[in-house]
Amino acid sequence: MIIRPVQRWVAAVVSAIRGGAALILIGGATPPAAGPDTAVILAGTPAPTLAAYHLFLDAEAQKPAPNLIPYTLNTPLFSDYAVKTRYLYLPPGTRAGYRAEGVLDLPVGAVLIKTFAFSADLRAPDRDVRRIETRLLIHKRSGWTAQTYVWNAAGTQAALKVAGALVAVHVSDTNGQGLDIAYAVPNVNQCKECHGVSGALSPIGPKARNLNGDFAYRSGRENQLGRLARLGLLTGAPAPSAWPRTAVWNDRAQPFDARARAYLDANCGHCHSRAGFASNSGLYLNLEEPQASPAWGIGKRPVAAGRGSGDLAFDIAPGDPEHSILVFRMASTDPGVMMPQIGRSVVDREGLALIRAYVASLKSASP
Amino acid sequence: MRSIALPTLAAGVALALAGASGAKVLSVRPGPDAAELLQTALIAARPGDTVQLAAGRFDIPDSLSLDVARVTVRGAARDATILAFERQKAGADGLLITGNGAVIEDLSVENAKGNGIKALGVDGITFRRVRVEWMGGPTQSNGAYGVYPVASQHVLIDHVLVKGASDAGIYVGQSRFVVVQNSEAAYNVAGIEIENCYNADVHDNLSTHNAGGILVFDLPGLPQMGGHSVRVYDNKIIDNDTPNFAPKGNIVAKVPTGTGVMIMANRDVHVFGNTIDGNASVGVLLVSYVEAFNDRAYNPLPRDVSVHDNHIGKNGFAPAFDGGPLLAKALGGAIPPVMWDGVTRFRTPGGAPSTDVVRLVVKDGPVVDLHLVEQGTAVDKANPTVTPTLGEGVLPEPAPVVLPTAR
Repeated sequence: MIIRPVQRWVAAVVSAIRGGAALILIGGATPPAAGPDTAVILAGTPAPTLAAYHLFLDAEAQKPAPNLIPYTLNTPLFSDYAVKTRYLYLPPGTRAGYRAEGVLDLPVGAVLIKTFAFSADLRAPDRDVRRIETRLLIHKRSGWTAQTYVWNAAGTQAALKVAGALVAVHVSDTNGQGLDIAYAVPNVNQCKECHGVSGALSPIGPKARNLNGDFAYRSGRENQLGRLARLGLLTGAPAPSAWPRTAVWNDRAQPFDARARAYLDANCGHCHSRAGFASNSGLYLNLEEPQASPAWGIGKRPVAAGRGSGDLAFDIAPGDPEHSILVFRMASTDPGVMMPQIGRSVVDREGLALIRAYVASLKSASP
Repeated sequence: MRSIALPTLAAGVALALAGASGAKVLSVRPGPDAAELLQTALIAARPGDTVQLAAGRFDIPDSLSLDVARVTVRGAARDATILAFERQKAGADGLLITGNGAVIEDLSVENAKGNGIKALGVDGITFRRVRVEWMGGPTQSNGAYGVYPVASQHVLIDHVLVKGASDAGIYVGQSRFVVVQNSEAAYNVAGIEIENCYNADVHDNLSTHNAGGILVFDLPGLPQMGGHSVRVYDNKIIDNDTPNFAPKGNIVAKVPTGTGVMIMANRDVHVFGNTIDGNASVGVLLVSYVEAFNDRAYNPLPRDVSVHDNHIGKNGFAPAFDGGPLLAKALGGAIPPVMWDGVTRFRTPGGAPSTDVVRLVVKDGPVVDLHLVEQGTAVDKANPTVTPTLGEGVLPEPAPVVLPTAR
């Protein structure tokens, strides 16, 4: 059916303001579907509930459809200590294309599914888990779109949320201390702040280099790219020895510099790249940025930092984390100061410690 | 086929069809759900639509954002519709615009935690009859920029008022084809700042009680660099006397309190027809970028600058820059109306020093030339000379900036 613009606006408002569930109707008799519903995935307007996509076998989205591929990233974005569960859906008969740089080439109809949840105690990530939102990045015929579905308190239904929301979360932190988190569900524009590449929406996580690590599948541990290739779901990949690899930021067995650079890449580089939202800053922290200085921030003066400068002269003062704007902004939770600007409300203490140590390790002589 | 049936029209959502084009007016009123309703309207709007805000205060807890092309966001009147950010918990801007051709008009933004209204990477942006203000007066904890178009083109700022920004009230960065007119900037660190821009006209504005009135800067290491073709004319740049309160590290923290017009780097900048009065450090300051840089394409010198036919009053009577009082004393008690650092030579990393032909034509003297010669030389090495004017002839004036017809 054709949805007239007026109805679309009203529907969006109603679902966003009222939370949707009671007001949204799924038309007709919905037959139980065997798997993800291509028509819903490719529709011009987002479905009102997550369940409508049939990406999961149950409404509570605990049982993924058999053709959903779970994955993780070597180094992910910090999101207020949320636990993230990720799946890739490839439509039947399609495959992902290998790319040495940037995200995998995913076909139209592909969906990236990411659920953000909090365990009551951060030290026990599998216990007392409360899901907040499930985000979908869908490759439509017209390009990628981003939507998020916010779970109700009972965890029985996730409804479309267009305008974002602030959700109060209380957890015990990694030290066992109480931590209040003002978790921000992004609105669709904010999705683009991180997912914008040269102005168009794009996935940012599933790059070959960030997928090049093991995952504990039910069948056992296996390299994620290797599994995709073995199942015939990846084309164009060279021999495994040629796959690039992003370091695991918190694996102390890996080289320290590589871990720090991986952290900056995953947490800053999506905006701070030449094609990203912060391209006007001249600070580029993505791993693809070849120029070591000053684009990496070492000895670089701020441009439009305002009070984000914290009275400091350089983004990174080598050897001196306490005089580095990068560290100052990572340690802040003031919306006018903090970096990243969105996606967190509390400090990533472990990430901050890594970057402090990284800045301290840099030679103070000019590069 | 399975279809998704949307609910029938719910009562209480104000919406009107305007004209045969199908463009809509999405109306939002203040109230408990107003922030979410407003953000939803900014997302649901289609190109050509108007988001109309009723009079009253809108309490906004997060950044607002607009990513749809050709949307007008219109309040009831500049001081009647107020987007109030006292309780902002998240987001670095009050309103962020990434859609082309937006018009923001007849509203105010108060107490944003970061910038007031930012437009990033757009083709076409109009700010008209807009006020951005930090209500507690000038303090370092205020947001950086009031109106902040950056990496954009076809920028119009008209009848805008900005007060209290801890960097620049009206700041245009890395943009092309810019007009700032009929606006007022007061009690900011910089009143109006044009940075790394090509083709900008700044005219008929009032810049007063800032630390610095109007700045035209060019900085190295940025995607758009080599600022040029800027006309600053028919402005009132008076009594810029608020002590510089910018957080250190920012370039504007170095602007001496009481600076009228400051040109740093850039070429083809013409300053004329302005009233420049009551600026205690200096009326017009022409300086090179002083820090070390390693951008090989960067030229740190102000060149092809013309200063003529301004109404210059009493300036330079209490200079706040390093060595200023001593210099004033040596020059008979005050800094002359125009001061040039006299730098003509600079060095890029790994390169030999290069000397540039710096054409300056200053009719509104006297002019003090500090003869610092080499970029980065400290002011205490000055060897000042004063001449009635500087340079000869006429430098070609940049062409007027013509914007596409505003809607």
